[in-house]
Amino acid sequence: MNDTFEPVIIGFTCNWCSYRAADLAGTARVKYPPNIRLIRLMCSGRLDPTFVLKALASGADGVLITGCHPGECHYLEQNYKTLRRYLMLRRVLTQMGIEPDRIKLVWASAAEGVKLAQEITDMVEQIRALGPFKPRYPMPLNPSEVADVQPVAERGTA
Amino acid sequence: MMSKINHSTAERVGVYVCHCGSNIAGVIDVEAVAKWAAEHLKDRGVVIARDYKFMCSSLGQELIEKDIQELGLTRVVVAACSPHLHEATFRVACQRAGLNPYLCELVSIREQASWVHTDKHAATEKAKAIVSGGVERVLHHTPLDPLHVPIHPATLVVGGGIAGIQAALEIADAGFPVYLVEREPSIGGHMAQFDKTFPTLDCAACILTPRMVSIGSHPNVTLMTWSEVTNVAGYVGNFTVTVKKKARYINTDLCTGCGICQEKCPKKIIDDTFEAGLGYRKAVYTPFPQAVPKYPVIDHVNCTYFQKGTCRACEKLCPTDAIDFNQEDEIVTLQVGNIVLATGYDIFDARRVAQYGYARLANVFTSIEFERLSNAAGPTNGNIVLRDGVTVPKTVGIIHCTGSRDRNFNNYCSAICCMQSLKFAHLVKERTGATVYNFYIDIRTTAKAYDEFYQRVLEEGTIFVRGRVAEVTDAARMPTEEGKLIIQVEDTLAGRQRRIPVDMVILSVGLEPRRDSHAVAKLFGISCSSDGWIIEKHPKLDPVATMTEGVFVAGCAQGPKDIPNSVAQGAAAAARVLGRIQQKEIALEPVRASVDESKCSGCRICNGLCPFNAILFHEDRMVTEVNPALCQGCGTCVAACPAGAISGTVFSNEQIFAQMEGLLLHNIERPPITEGVLT
Repeated sequence: MNDTFEPVIIGFTCNWCSYRAADLAGTARVKYPPNIRLIRLMCSGRLDPTFVLKALASGADGVLITGCHPGECHYLEQNYKTLRRYLMLRRVLTQMGIEPDRIKLVWASAAEGVKLAQEITDMVEQIRALGPFKPRYPMPLNPSEVADVQPVAERGTA
Repeated sequence: MMSKINHSTAERVGVYVCHCGSNIAGVIDVEAVAKWAAEHLKDRGVVIARDYKFMCSSLGQELIEKDIQELGLTRVVVAACSPHLHEATFRVACQRAGLNPYLCELVSIREQASWVHTDKHAATEKAKAIVSGGVERVLHHTPLDPLHVPIHPATLVVGGGIAGIQAALEIADAGFPVYLVEREPSIGGHMAQFDKTFPTLDCAACILTPRMVSIGSHPNVTLMTWSEVTNVAGYVGNFTVTVKKKARYINTDLCTGCGICQEKCPKKIIDDTFEAGLGYRKAVYTPFPQAVPKYPVIDHVNCTYFQKGTCRACEKLCPTDAIDFNQEDEIVTLQVGNIVLATGYDIFDARRVAQYGYARLANVFTSIEFERLSNAAGPTNGNIVLRDGVTVPKTVGIIHCTGSRDRNFNNYCSAICCMQSLKFAHLVKERTGATVYNFYIDIRTTAKAYDEFYQRVLEEGTIFVRGRVAEVTDAARMPTEEGKLIIQVEDTLAGRQRRIPVDMVILSVGLEPRRDSHAVAKLFGISCSSDGWIIEKHPKLDPVATMTEGVFVAGCAQGPKDIPNSVAQGAAAAARVLGRIQQKEIALEPVRASVDESKCSGCRICNGLCPFNAILFHEDRMVTEVNPALCQGCGTCVAACPAGAISGTVFSNEQIFAQMEGLLLHNIERPPITEGVLT
C-alpha cells in the first residue's frame, strides 16, 4: 500500500523567508516532490495551532511549518513563539494519538531554496513511511464547531 | 459542515491560468487546469476560467478587465508566477476595471509547481489544487484600502565610504536632510586608503576628498563619525534610530583641527586600520591628513592618561583647550523616513591561506598593504620596498583570487581583484622597473576600458602565468632560489609545474562581508545571504531595495563591486529615497490586526506578544486594542487569542482555512473524515 501512497502535505511559509526560499527553489529549478501545497502567512508567528489540526482534519497527511532562523525574524522575535507552539503541538498530537512526526518545523532563510527543497523531500519520505493519516477520533473541522462541541458520551453514540 | 462547503456562493469568480510561454505550460497542462476549474469549481462561484499565453502582458490584463466589466466578476484568481513578482500588476488591472484590488488573488503555479516538479501529471494535479485553494481563499477577501503612511523627509545613511557619500550627497543636494553615520573617526572608507584607481589611474584621494569636503560642509548633512547605530524602531516613513556617538575626548566646538595634539602625543601605535599595519599613528589621531571631520579622536585603550593617569600632554599643549578627558558616550535619537545601508566590506584575512605564507614570510604582502606602500601619503611615501623598508624588489609575483573562487574559502568572484592586480603590475613596473608576474585563473576585465588596461599591462611586459598558485615558500632548492620567495605553480597553459623565485609576493585578497553583517542585518530587519552579503529585493530588477520597506542598500554591503558600481548604487539608492520623499506618503499593504471588543475577554494573553508595542490594554474597559499605526501585521496576536477576538486583514482565519480546504480539494472531492469514522 505504501508503494502507491502519495502523501499530501500542507506547508506554512513565512512571507519574508521561506516563501521566498520556495520562490528561489523555483527560479533555480531545484526539484522536489509535488506532494506539498504551500500557504503563505506574513510570519510563522501567525500560525495558529488550530491551522495544523484543521489541515490534518481536512485530509492532509502531514504539516510543514517554516519560518525565519532564530534571531532573523522579520518581526524581530515572533518565530520564537512559533517554536513554542510547535513543541506544544507535538505534545498535543501525541496525546491525541497522532504521530508527532506528522508535523515538522524548518527554519529556511530567503537564501535557502536548496535547503527548503531538501527538507520538503525528506518530509515527504517521512510521511510516506508513516502512511496515510487516519484519525482515531472525529476531528472538528472549523473553529465554530469547537465552541459547541458535543459531550463525549453523546458523540460516541452519534 | 457540508452545507457550508457546498452552498453556492453569490460571488462571481474569474480564474486565469497563465502559460508563461513554456515556463508553466511546458510542464503543466494549463488548458486542463482552466477547464477543470470551470467545471469543478462552478459551484464555488467560478463563472469563467481561461488560460492565456502571458497573463501579465497588456493583452492578458485587458482580458481580465473585460471579463470584470462584461461578466460582472466580483473576484479574480490568477494562477501564474509568485505574488512577489506580479501581485501588484493584477491588482492594478482589477482596479482599472473597477474592482477593489484586494479582491484579486495571485497563486503561484510556476515557482511552486512547474519549475520544481518534473512529473507533468502530478504537477497539473497540484496546480488544480493550488487554483482551488486560491478560489476558496478569494471568496473570503474583503475590499480594502491601502494604508497611507507619511514619509519623514530626513534620511539616515549608514557608512561613509564612497557609496554612502554618494547617496548622502545626492539626497542632500536635492534639498533634504541627511544623517551620515560612520563608525571610524573619518569618512572616506576603503577608497581613502588607495593610491590609484583603475583603469584611468587617477589618484583616489584627488577624486574622493572633494566629495568628503562637500559632505563635511553641506548644510543638509549632519555628519556623525566615530558613531554607531545601536537601535532601529518604527517602519518606513517613520523610523526612530538610536545612534551612539562614542566619546572623542575632543570638544569639537573648540577644536580647530590644527594637529598639535597629534604631533605632541608621545604614544605611537601601529595603525592596523588605515595603514593596514604598515605605519604608525598616535593615541590621539585623525586616520589621515584629509580626514573629514578634521577633529581627532583619543584612542582611550592606548592613551597613556587613560591607562596610567598621567601625561595629559595634548591637554597642556592644545591652543584652544579642546581636549576633554571627561567626555562620555552620547546617545542621540533621530527621526528618519528612509535608511540607506552602505556598510561596505572587510578584506579577506590572507592568513587563512596558510600555504601562501602571509604573516609568516615577511615579504608576502596583501593588496591593501600594497595600496598603502604605493600611496604617496603612505608610510613609505610611495616607495615600493620590501618589509625591511629599503630594498627595492627586482621581481614581484602577484597572486590573484586569494580567498575568492575557492571552495575552501569563498565561492564567489570578488570582482575587483583582476583589475587591482593589473593596476599593481603597472605601478610596480612604473616605479621600480621590476619583473612582474601575475598568477591568474581567469582574467575578468568586463567593464568600460578595463580590457584596454589589461592590453596595456600586457604590452608593458608583465608576465602572465595561468594557474592557481600551490605554495609560496622560502625553502630554496637551487642556488638561484636562495634568499628568495619561491612561487610553486602549475602553469596550465604550458602544462608543467614551475618554480618562480621572486623578491616580493602580493596577494590579491578578495572582499568579504563585514564580520558583523548578520548583526547589522538583524538591527535593520533585513536578511543576508549565506555568504553574509545583504540580500536585495530583486537581484536584477530591484538591486538597491531590501525586503524591508524603507531600507535600501548600496555599495559592497550588497556584494563585491568596484568604485563606479558602488557610486552608481549609492546614487540609485538616493533616487529611490528621493522618490519616496517627493511623494510625501507611501501606500502600504493593509495587513493589520484589529480587536473585536465585544469578543475580547481582557485575558491579556496577547499583550506580551507584540515586539512593536502595538497592543495596548484599556484597564477601564478591560479590553485590548491594537494600534494600527504601530502594528506590522505579523499576526502572532491573532494566532494567540483564545477567544478569536483578534482578526487580521489579508490573512484572516477564514481566508487561511478556506485556502486549506481548497488546497486539499476538500471543497469538492473528499468527504469530510468525520463521516466515515462516526458511523
